[in-house]
Amino acid sequence: MDLSRRDFLKITGGTAIASTVGLAVEAREADASTTTLRTKGAKATTTICPYCSVGCSIIVHTKDGKVINTEGDPESPINEGTLCPKGASLYELANNPYRLKAPLYRAPGATEWKEVEWDWALDQIARRVKATRDKTFKATAISKIKEKGPDGKEVETEKEFVVNRCDGIAHVGSAAMDNEECYLMQKLLRSWGLVWIEHQARI
Amino acid sequence: MGGNPAANHPVSFKWIMKAKERGAKMIVVDPRFTQSAAKADVYAQIRSGTDIAFLGGMIKYIIDNNLYFREYVVNYTDAPFLVNDDFKMPGELDGLFSGYDEKTRKYDKATWTFQLDEKGLPKRDNTLKDPRCVFQLLKKHYSRYTLDKVSAVTGTPKEKLIEVYKLYGSTGKPNRVGTELYAMGWTQHTVGTQNIRAMAIIQLLLGNIGMPGGGMNALRGESNVQGSTDYGLLFHILPGYNPTPTASLVNLQAYIDKFTPKTKEPRSVNWLSNRPKYITSYLKALYGDKATKSNDFCYSYLPKLDEGMNASWLNLFDSMYKGKFEGFFAWGQNPACSGANANKTRKALARLKWMVNVNLWENETSTFWKGPGMDPKEIQTEVFLLPCAASFEKEGSITNSSRLAQWRYKAVEPLGKAMPDAEIINELYFRVKRLYQKEGGKFPEPIIHLTWNYGEKDKDGKIKHIDIHAVAKEINGYYLEDIYDTKVTPPKLIGKEGELINGFPNLQADGTTSCGNWLYCGSYAHVDGKVVNKLAKRGKDDPTGLGLYPNWAWSWPLNRKIIYNRASVDQKGNPWDPNRPLLKWNPTKENPATGKPGMWEGDVPDGPAPPLADEKAGKLPFIMKPLGVASLFGPGLADGPFPEHYEPLECPLQENPFSKKHRINPTIKLFYSKEGGLPEDIFLSCDVRYPYVCSTYRVTEHWQTGVMTRHTPWLLELQPQVFVEISRELAAEKNIKNGDKVIVSSARGKIWAIANVTDRLKPIKVMNSTIHQVGLPYHYGWKFPVDGSGGDSANILTPTIGDPNTMIPESKAFMVNIEKA
Repeated sequence: MDLSRRDFLKITGGTAIASTVGLAVEAREADASTTTLRTKGAKATTTICPYCSVGCSIIVHTKDGKVINTEGDPESPINEGTLCPKGASLYELANNPYRLKAPLYRAPGATEWKEVEWDWALDQIARRVKATRDKTFKATAISKIKEKGPDGKEVETEKEFVVNRCDGIAHVGSAAMDNEECYLMQKLLRSWGLVWIEHQARI
Repeated sequence: MGGNPAANHPVSFKWIMKAKERGAKMIVVDPRFTQSAAKADVYAQIRSGTDIAFLGGMIKYIIDNNLYFREYVVNYTDAPFLVNDDFKMPGELDGLFSGYDEKTRKYDKATWTFQLDEKGLPKRDNTLKDPRCVFQLLKKHYSRYTLDKVSAVTGTPKEKLIEVYKLYGSTGKPNRVGTELYAMGWTQHTVGTQNIRAMAIIQLLLGNIGMPGGGMNALRGESNVQGSTDYGLLFHILPGYNPTPTASLVNLQAYIDKFTPKTKEPRSVNWLSNRPKYITSYLKALYGDKATKSNDFCYSYLPKLDEGMNASWLNLFDSMYKGKFEGFFAWGQNPACSGANANKTRKALARLKWMVNVNLWENETSTFWKGPGMDPKEIQTEVFLLPCAASFEKEGSITNSSRLAQWRYKAVEPLGKAMPDAEIINELYFRVKRLYQKEGGKFPEPIIHLTWNYGEKDKDGKIKHIDIHAVAKEINGYYLEDIYDTKVTPPKLIGKEGELINGFPNLQADGTTSCGNWLYCGSYAHVDGKVVNKLAKRGKDDPTGLGLYPNWAWSWPLNRKIIYNRASVDQKGNPWDPNRPLLKWNPTKENPATGKPGMWEGDVPDGPAPPLADEKAGKLPFIMKPLGVASLFGPGLADGPFPEHYEPLECPLQENPFSKKHRINPTIKLFYSKEGGLPEDIFLSCDVRYPYVCSTYRVTEHWQTGVMTRHTPWLLELQPQVFVEISRELAAEKNIKNGDKVIVSSARGKIWAIANVTDRLKPIKVMNSTIHQVGLPYHYGWKFPVDGSGGDSANILTPTIGDPNTMIPESKAFMVNIEKA
């Protein structure tokens, strides 16, 4: 018999009702005859899909600190348990042979990466941020503005203004970070004086 | 139009199909017969880049056939307002609006104004007959968009145009509604903003804005591109869409004066008159006790743009190419593949002194120095590649396309030594600050005084781990003192010092509240004495029956599900469609906030004021607009108050059929012209070497530049390599068979792709000649798969040109050639 998933649910639902009047096997017995689910005893955590902007809810099943299964969250009124191929493959983002596991560094002119410690990489980056900021920081800059002259007509003039910005560093990304991280990010970048800040919304 | 939800937002399509089951009709207009088109009731093929012609024809059809929603248009839009007598339109000025300056390629908007009465309000004619009223000007402007002309330009047959116009125009009745779902198919054009405005005009004419099942819906491309925009990770905005300060705004008052709109319309809510509260509370969130009234709340700490400075994407990489930056962060993004004209971007990266790339994988940006045409020994750029945690290895919220912010939880520890982005940010914050504290340097105050109270500190004073809830609370905002409503006697306590603020109406402009992002104020708040993270709510009740689910997570602003929802009711507050009430004014029910009878029921209303019919207190529905009504006439845009058709930068026509003198949008910034420019930015229009119209797009199985999905074996197996879709007719002409390897080239570069010969694309008749359109996905890159079997980015082909309002690149219409490899 060619059954769709919906038909199957209808039939099993029907079985449960029938069992209450003693016409079919107990639902429990039917359960016991099926294979044990991989997710039995696993911890379930909900997440939101990292791909498009629909906001599908996904359940992540973990055992011993490992992701053992991911599937659509039936509770979500957005996706009601369904997922597209990308959302359905979340499991492979967790169990992925290609992911970066440590910081890498490439020196000027080098032909290969070198694995480095976080502490070293972060210190080096902080040093470069400071050096470039100190070198390229503009306390003031000249802007063209329109001002009313003595005759009441608007004339374009050049004036020096306080700008307090770092012109030597640019930043792009990240539309996949959490809101709270985005907030921290813009806070940090603007405290450094960056204005060349862009991300995926522009393209 | 402008989107393909079946392929790119598949789960959203589930609900479109559900609507169809209930009798809804779906129209798809696309150059390609997409998966969405396959399920459409009406499909119309269009030449890429001619949406304004298509929609202009629809505006004409709606007006000529009296299909517009008159009561809505007269009362809720600017249609009756009289426009300045000196304002001229492209029909009169051969493609231009009045005020154009050829030298600067900009408009002087002096004539793009309304005629004012003695009160300073726009003069109006509610009969819509005055030849200078917006409605009549709109009618006149689009009278040029005849069926013949539109058909000749778009390539869509006349009978198809009529079929679409008639069906969509039928939603102008109070009990019918139409919605528009668009994506990059509309934004990635040199007329991108005006594409969207053209449809917004249609939606307003038909009374489809503010309605349940209506609206203009941007299908955003990233899981949190909405949130990251809300949080101001763009050059022109701070969190909550407060504009980035510019040089001439020398103090906070000057900033407030410039960006706080004023109105003389007594019935207008003019919500942005609250700007001073939002910017001051933001500065208090950044600088805490250091931000005082006497030091202008540390306004001088915010970096300023020069007047007229545009630091957007294309300019950013142009500046990088010209060697203007030493340092660069590509944080969770792969610009070597994602931006237009990828070869230029890749060369630009080689001119940096240092770069930091934060990602889950090695990618074409981190490893640009090993890329095609690069000699690593010659490249002096230092690169730090930092591994970050995946979405389920940390905790926080993201905001979807409906402004719905949902909380997600940590399921496992980050892989290997990977760290959550928040922790990397925390480390860099601390280390840079420590250097400035120890060594001094240029203007260290903004760095040293920045608030950073997100958890327990270690012995050096570093926050050990960011408490993401503390960040969410700072965003929501706090009362910094006991705040009283002094308008009532005795003054009523609004909030106590140290408590979380329950909504942005309670923010203050005097420094007594802090709030990191006013739009999210109320998301993490005190409810009945308890602190509630509303972003984590999972209630499934749906009291309106419209699928609003008010207790599933939380939407900005104030959990309002449909913005401008007061436009869904008539002037008495009764829903236009009584069978689907989104909002309804109940004149007898006592409002707990005021203690008086009369309150709204349904969605969270756009403000508590009574409906418009209340002569004393009634308010107009478009609360963000200073005049309280929606704008059919849009003087805020760079390229005209009404959308006008211009050809893409690269197109198959020698001239614009609508205006001979101006083939392309006259206000776009040209990176390359007769006068000069970088050879990298070359473009060739109507050139026999590049005869085919090309568009980039996405497939379901991949995402963006494919860094995540190419590294996901299940997905790569489904879509292993770049392909180019071409029609059977073009394939026959070029002797190309399905599966052949071909070279796709543009004026800027070339890539190989596998030919996908298909019925989904058809030759199209444009201005009496046959035009071929082709298309290819842009998800691939040379770095992975490592054997190069995926091919490279389609953005190697796309031009350096952007929309004049947004600077979003034109990746949806450019010219290419195809040859067998």
